[in-house]
Amino acid sequence: MKKFALAGNPNSGKTTLFNYLTGSTAHVGNWPGVTVDKKEGVYKKCPEPVNIIDLPGIYSLSPYTPEEIISRNYILDEKPDCVINIVDATNLERNLYLTTQLMEIDVPVVIALNMIDAVEKAGDAIDAEKLEKKTGLPVVKISALKGTGLDELMKRAYAASLKPRKAFTVLEGSSLIHLIGDCRIALEGQKVDNALFHAVKLVELDELEVKAHPDAARTVEEFKKTFKDDVFGNDFEAVVADGRYKYISANYSSALRRGSAKSKDKLTKSDRADRVLTHKVWGIPIFLVILFAVFHLTISENFLFIGAALPEGWVSLEGTAFEGVFGAGGINSPGVILFNLLDLATSSISDAVAGAMEAGNVAQWAQGLVVDGMLGGLFAILSFLPQILLLFLFFSILEDSGYMARVAFILDRIFRKFGLTGRAFMPMIMGFGCSVPAMINTRTLSDENERIATIRVIPFFSCGAKLPILTAIAGGIVMQFGIGNADLITYGMYVLGITVAIVTVILMRSTTMRGEVPPFIMELPAYHAPQFRNLMLHLWDKVKHFVKKAFTIILASTIVIWFISHFSWGWQYLSDEEINSSILAGLGQLVQPLFTPLGFGSQLGSWGWVFVVAAITGLIAKENVIATFGTLAACITSGFVADEALGGVDSVVQMIAATGITVPALIAFIAFNMTTIPCFAAVATAKAELPGKKSFNMTLVFWIVTSYLVAATVYTVGSWWWTVFIWLALWAAVITLIVLYNKGKLKFTVPAFLKGKK
Amino acid sequence: MNKKLSEMSAGQSGLVTRVTAEGRIKRRLFDMGVTPGAEVYLRKRAPLGDPIEVNIRGYELTLRNSEAETVIMEVL
Repeated sequence: MKKFALAGNPNSGKTTLFNYLTGSTAHVGNWPGVTVDKKEGVYKKCPEPVNIIDLPGIYSLSPYTPEEIISRNYILDEKPDCVINIVDATNLERNLYLTTQLMEIDVPVVIALNMIDAVEKAGDAIDAEKLEKKTGLPVVKISALKGTGLDELMKRAYAASLKPRKAFTVLEGSSLIHLIGDCRIALEGQKVDNALFHAVKLVELDELEVKAHPDAARTVEEFKKTFKDDVFGNDFEAVVADGRYKYISANYSSALRRGSAKSKDKLTKSDRADRVLTHKVWGIPIFLVILFAVFHLTISENFLFIGAALPEGWVSLEGTAFEGVFGAGGINSPGVILFNLLDLATSSISDAVAGAMEAGNVAQWAQGLVVDGMLGGLFAILSFLPQILLLFLFFSILEDSGYMARVAFILDRIFRKFGLTGRAFMPMIMGFGCSVPAMINTRTLSDENERIATIRVIPFFSCGAKLPILTAIAGGIVMQFGIGNADLITYGMYVLGITVAIVTVILMRSTTMRGEVPPFIMELPAYHAPQFRNLMLHLWDKVKHFVKKAFTIILASTIVIWFISHFSWGWQYLSDEEINSSILAGLGQLVQPLFTPLGFGSQLGSWGWVFVVAAITGLIAKENVIATFGTLAACITSGFVADEALGGVDSVVQMIAATGITVPALIAFIAFNMTTIPCFAAVATAKAELPGKKSFNMTLVFWIVTSYLVAATVYTVGSWWWTVFIWLALWAAVITLIVLYNKGKLKFTVPAFLKGKK
Repeated sequence: MNKKLSEMSAGQSGLVTRVTAEGRIKRRLFDMGVTPGAEVYLRKRAPLGDPIEVNIRGYELTLRNSEAETVIMEVL
């Protein structure tokens, strides 16, 4: 099958085009660098099916970032039959810079002039024929968003793939062309493919090329000693880059005919939005309000705080099944209303199934397995789907609109204090959705130590799957102890997670992950209205993922949990009242003492093991924590059941009643789950993304130690306020040690297997 | 008049005359189109004074003062 590669600048619309051509649903965002790995799909409308490969967006084929290396190696080694070079027509010069590098490879290249509709809307025009003549490459105007020009593009690409193309360079007029020519001849003599491309890169003294062709590199070094350019001295990299841009300005830029005033003087819609959103004074407050609004809409049970303004008993639904759905004291936020509706539906199903089985005289254990084990666990978690989706939707909108890039711009100064760039903000905020894509996104960070530090703290940005732990336990605390406000507890836990992330990043960047603050040179894409189709694709993907996970790994876990909680070591079936002698209880009790300093260990008595077991099942998938409560709570005892409680909250209330766990211990339990080793999927991703086995081992240790210390601090300080002094003294000692270490007055050796390096 | 890009004020334009950065920062600046002769318009500074946002070659680019310091400009 023929292979066509899509190559182009970040945020030029490659993935949108890819989705259109292949009918797939890859993630698209308005943020440079959303595609960080290559993706494949099949296009069927050519005379033969064509494999389409979406390469990560790059500005250049230089070897400085992983994306650049992935793209470069793909085009050079896999030898696609054609490269479709996507050029953002609104930003012609910089996009064609990459084109001038692609021309130097012996591969057919077709230019797809994307976003042509935006150019025309601005009153400008591009002469495609002129550009085609000047570049010698086929040029097709397209709009990946609207799907126009794509058939034409693929037709031309297919035609181009049928005959080989000879490499060509725009550096003919450069003072280095003779050196390039010499290197090219030397490489051709060694039967190197794509000699022209390698020759140019050699002249730039590109590290990958120098390693591959040391002889030719020496020739370049020799020549360098005798060479002197007026502007650049003997900096060949500069001469080459300058040569490309000069050629583009002189030959290609004239294809763009401006019908409008010069862009910098005219305020576009995007500029006007930007004036407000990155305003000197209001920029940061606006960001905080937006962030608060996102969480408020998702989890609040007192929407817009209008509860206080309403007369008591305003809800005419009182006494009906819908009373709890819309809220008692205030109005629920959309997220909570959806949650309650789904919860109502799932508990009705659960009741109906239980009733039917009862009536059908099904064996007691089978009823337990289906109703408590499977449905109890599954439904405790399924109800949270709307809230997870809503949170995800809001972040998709913010990303798709281009606002996230501005947030990086606003926050870079603050992030730098932590030793990170504003760019690290993106993967962190993605962490609120799911750690897996967030960790993959760290590839857009160019500095290795920054990547490692960011990957480690991503789980502290509490993901969608941890949301149920937060809301269910917060709800349980309010219901059982009658103190506080569930919203406030939930927000507080998010803030705690962020705080832990900041503190640990600073600690890492000043000890094991030391290094210069990496550069921050980033494109700010134009704002645009989020694409409905795009948002729906994101959501649909998320739903599929969640449902698949719920019915495979989570369902399987709940069944296993139910079985080992209802059988003894002697494989005897145990009734609900006897599960304290089960295999699960035995295992839980074994490790229970370890968690005593965190408040959910031995002090909880005979039922305390349930908390430990729930936290451990959370390592498989975080949804399991509440699902495990759902499975076990029902068995614990019917005497404790609080009335009118819903879903996961209900299970938590029963757990509180059965164990007598205190509020500080419950908060510590949330904190532990939030900061400890994330789910299997995230751990596997971290392993793949981290540079080596040692840094991965160190990361696991980091997660365990952090979560243990954070939870222990929360529990002890919450229970006995004076312990705060002990912790302060301890932390002061640690910080002093770090300061001494940084000044070089202290040396210690880290065990070899823990060292953070490759 | 020559000035570093970091010393220009919002609303000023200039031509790049030289880039004094080294290694990957230099390369990145070149790849983004910050090459001698390019016209740069300093659009604004971030709320905390750093980084800056410039318009260059028809698009918006953000970079820090520490990086902008290496870009020598001829102010127009």
